[in-house]
Amino acid sequence: MLKKFISLAVVLTVVLLAAFVALPAAAETNVGIVLSTGGLGDLSFNDAAYRGLQKAKSELGIDFDYIEPADPSEDQTALRRFASRGYDLVIGVGFQMADSLQTVASEYPDVKFAHVDQSFEDVPDNIVTLNFAEWEGSFLAGALAALTTETNNIGFVGGVDYSLIHRFEGGFYQGAKYINPDITIQSKYADSFGDPARGREIALGMIDDGADVIYHAAGGSGSGVFQAAQEEDIYAIGVDSNQNFVAPGHVIASMLKKVDNAVYDTVKSVVDGNYEGGQNLLYTLADGGVDLTSLTEVGLPVVQAEKNGTITADELATIKQMKKDVTAPYAEKIEDIKAKIISGDIEVENWGVTGRPEDL
Amino acid sequence: MSNFSAKLKSVMTELGLSLLSIIIALLVGTLFIFLTNKSPLDAYSALYIGAFGNFSAIANTLWRSTPLILTGLAVALPYRAGLFNIGAEGQFLMGGFAAGVVGFYFTSLPGFIHLPFAIIAGMLVGGLWGGLPGFLKAKMDVHEVIATIMLNHIAIALTINYGINYFRDTGRPATPKIMDTAAMLRFNQLADHPILGKLPLAELFNHPAIRLHLNFVLAIITAIVLWYLLFKTTLGYEIRAVGFNPDGAEYGGINAGRSIIVVMFISGAVAGLAGVGEVLGTHLSFMSGMDAGYGFTGIAVALIGQTHPIGVILGGLLFGALAQGGLEMQFSGIPSEIVMIIQALVIFFVATLQVLKVYIGKKKAKGGVK
Repeated sequence: MLKKFISLAVVLTVVLLAAFVALPAAAETNVGIVLSTGGLGDLSFNDAAYRGLQKAKSELGIDFDYIEPADPSEDQTALRRFASRGYDLVIGVGFQMADSLQTVASEYPDVKFAHVDQSFEDVPDNIVTLNFAEWEGSFLAGALAALTTETNNIGFVGGVDYSLIHRFEGGFYQGAKYINPDITIQSKYADSFGDPARGREIALGMIDDGADVIYHAAGGSGSGVFQAAQEEDIYAIGVDSNQNFVAPGHVIASMLKKVDNAVYDTVKSVVDGNYEGGQNLLYTLADGGVDLTSLTEVGLPVVQAEKNGTITADELATIKQMKKDVTAPYAEKIEDIKAKIISGDIEVENWGVTGRPEDL
Repeated sequence: MSNFSAKLKSVMTELGLSLLSIIIALLVGTLFIFLTNKSPLDAYSALYIGAFGNFSAIANTLWRSTPLILTGLAVALPYRAGLFNIGAEGQFLMGGFAAGVVGFYFTSLPGFIHLPFAIIAGMLVGGLWGGLPGFLKAKMDVHEVIATIMLNHIAIALTINYGINYFRDTGRPATPKIMDTAAMLRFNQLADHPILGKLPLAELFNHPAIRLHLNFVLAIITAIVLWYLLFKTTLGYEIRAVGFNPDGAEYGGINAGRSIIVVMFISGAVAGLAGVGEVLGTHLSFMSGMDAGYGFTGIAVALIGQTHPIGVILGGLLFGALAQGGLEMQFSGIPSEIVMIIQALVIFFVATLQVLKVYIGKKKAKGGVK
């Protein structure tokens, strides 16, 4: 009896030990990513970062693991855990991670780090920060809104009233004024990235006051904006990822912030051995880091949404018809503006730096 | 002596029941783990390793428990006076915000003044935020649940939305970093401390991953003080009397209104201390998102701890261990949703078995004469 018990105990111990020493294989590049609270499924930058890593996995043969922290006090632990287990690259997503990432990076000078969405003043040699010229992409969104509106009244719904979102608002504002200096622009903040009901209320209020195109930079609250656009039969513009399949026929375009490409490039630089730390990288319209979805084609994500059943074939047809009727006539004009921004003929002010004007 | 052994027996039954409910919860949780095609053994060993696997894991479990013990106490104490404090979240935010502002605003105070000043400011503001609904309840019979819920909303708007914007110096949604003089001593700095460094365990804590700080000690002291207050002082007797029967207490010469105000003030200050610790010890600035619902989790902590200060410590440790171990479960490949389900199951079964115990107790009582 005792013998049996002892052998069972030994087997159990061995199994347990085997489970604990299962470390990532050393041969390939291992990437660990700590997502921002909100996590996967936000249709925004967490999902985009994840897409970038999936692409890197299939094309570069890397391996990656991810963590969705429940609250900001888990950030450091999660980053440190990846760094201490010999991961080659550790990525942190979102402003909340900024301090934690710098702290952990200073403890592990031999591990490479990347941070999405916040530039640092003094970037240590083992960190790159990935930033995006949201103001340039939003300028195009503002121009498109000003071109499509029939009431000369458009709206902007922001998530939280702070500098990162001011970049979107500022670009949108300047783009609309570029097309029509007399246009009315309503601007409101939902005070949350996760409150669709609030987003809907704000959008409905704007529609009551005459708006017929609304752009959002409000994460999950933005889905309420889309809902309001559908209910009241007006147009909306999406943000970060291609959201054109939501509220079919009512989302005329999305301002793309290609976190996936930036993450992929960073992973590739580590794989190729030419990772250069110590810098704040800025992805712009010129290099395709930000962009507006095509005004003539529906785009792959929308086609995929039909394939996997998110939208029906009828809805896809509605989107195609909308593209043809509403946005395609302005495709040339928007391309022209885009070229001017890239060449520097149009200079877009970054409200994240200059500040949001007081008298809006 | 027999009194003592009876007490011991009831405490042991209590602990046994809690343990039983945790085991049942883990068994039910295996069903969910099978959904993910992972081995429950791996998942649970990760939970255990994450929470208790080595010295820094244990230290960090204590660290994660700290705000929960305090918000748990902030709910438990008014509960004894028959009051339901839903406002710990708001009191937490107000306290943390006040401490954060004092922490960065005063730039040339010596540490032995700055830190206590920031702590007291936070507790005072939290206390006033809790005392206000107490006052309204005592003087105008405004229901404390409604008042505290509304004050939560005001606190969120005042601190996170307006306060951070007002004081922010960079793009990051947080108040500026506090001065070093206002920071709470972290256990991993003990070894460098001229006096405390001589303590036998100081070297053990000397690891950057250990985030335990002074507020854990303050939380334990607070629990002991509240225990003493509740069960060994006249005020405590009055509080419990008011909770048992406010009219009876009044008839017996207790000023129920005064007790209610005092209780709510103390509980607000305790919830405020939870926020103070997160700001001065954990994040070193008042940051959007740092409240993480601690005020609401505190309700569960208080109820699982039977609203007894020592029980609340144990409840806080349970929740802290689940939080700390839960992260490790994610590393073993269990999606965060499953981790949340397992955490909720443990809480669910601990609470359910408490109800069962009350039921059994009643049956016994009915069963009658001994």
